[in-house]
Amino acid sequence: MQAVEAVNAPLLEVCDLACERGDRLLFEGVSFALAAGALLQIEGPNGSGKTSLLRVLAGLSPSDAGEVRWRGLAIGRHRPEFAAELLYLGHLPGVHPNLTPLEHLRMATRLGGWKPSDDALRWALGEFGLSEYTLTPSRALSEGQRRRAGLARLLVSNAALWVLDEPLSALDVPGRACVESALAQHCRRGGVAILSTHQAVDLDNIDDVTHLRFE
Amino acid sequence: MTSRTSDLSEAAPLTVLDVFVAVLRRDVLIACRRSSEFVNPLMFFVIIVVLFPLALGSDPVQLRAVAPGVIWVAALLAVVLSLETIFRGDFEDGSLEQLLLSPFPTSVLVLAKIAAHWLVSGLPLLIISPLLGILLNLPAHVLPVLMFSLLLGTPVLSLLGAIGVALTVGLRRGGVLMPLLLLPLYVPVLIFGTGVLHSAVSGMPVAAHFYAMAALLSLAIGLAPLASAAALRVSLG
Repeated sequence: MQAVEAVNAPLLEVCDLACERGDRLLFEGVSFALAAGALLQIEGPNGSGKTSLLRVLAGLSPSDAGEVRWRGLAIGRHRPEFAAELLYLGHLPGVHPNLTPLEHLRMATRLGGWKPSDDALRWALGEFGLSEYTLTPSRALSEGQRRRAGLARLLVSNAALWVLDEPLSALDVPGRACVESALAQHCRRGGVAILSTHQAVDLDNIDDVTHLRFE
Repeated sequence: MTSRTSDLSEAAPLTVLDVFVAVLRRDVLIACRRSSEFVNPLMFFVIIVVLFPLALGSDPVQLRAVAPGVIWVAALLAVVLSLETIFRGDFEDGSLEQLLLSPFPTSVLVLAKIAAHWLVSGLPLLIISPLLGILLNLPAHVLPVLMFSLLLGTPVLSLLGAIGVALTVGLRRGGVLMPLLLLPLYVPVLIFGTGVLHSAVSGMPVAAHFYAMAALLSLAIGLAPLASAAALRVSLG
């Protein structure tokens, strides 16, 4: 009985979160809990606080009230344990213009504490349609291609929590399909995903989808 | 999609040293691809020093008297000029966030970035400095002292500079604020760096100055990465 409870216990708990920027209250009283395999989609217009919420969830910004707990532990006080299980991709792709997509991916996974083989990294870039560009400096790539190079991390990540800020912006249809299938696979493996978007996302393959709307 | 799980289970977890080396290599690699990063501060250093004989005249005694101050002030300004490259580029493309989100201690990763910065912009100054010493008529036996003082002093400039850049990286006009913030902090390095050269020129013992500079360096290595990491968290928060 206990084992069943442990499986269903929420991985991520957010209690009464509030955030102010300057004098403006962006949001308050945000609470939710996500169990293994759950996906939370945050919707809302520009400037409604989606990015701020995601940055608080990733532990990048402090919250003005409330608490975020991962596996029952407050993320502020257990940063290394939380960071080891977190994959955060902000609205910037994080790809340095002087690095090739392969070098970027190599570095990004190492920062997370893992060293996947170069074959795995090439495969991930190939899935995102970059197999011909693995050795091209990123400054020669288009906006969408840089974005894909950043997103290829999804395929070589073993993080349990994905926090993605507008992952679908600047992507074409095949790129979006790739992100959607990565999300489905992640949730099937028992991961938790949180993404913000103002576009329609095809999430039919994921059972546990919650929506959070910002006004 | 099947290859993914197997590949990841084979992946070995990394130690903090592995990641330190990876960050260091990445930053040096980026600097090598953008050669202006190490050529510009070096040219700046050389040109400033060369301006002095042109402005002051070629009296060898006078040049020898001002040489320590000229070389050190020029080195200081050259380092300040290059400091932004430590964090600015990474801030703009989003990789700085990823650095903060790494499970490894941020201060260690920051130390790797500072070490890369010193290799790219401090070390070249050190290498070219004997030529400039000769230009300013420093006696031959002072040149090793000059190099050794820069070896101990320029890393302190990079380390303290990282704090300044970390504090101002989120500001749009941080470029002007940073030197104002930093140059007062550089005063001890300047005092000991020029002091050791004056002692060497007049034939006095130099060990005491070097001990003081080594103490400054160890203090900066211990504390500056912690302060920079904290400053980065505030700047990006």
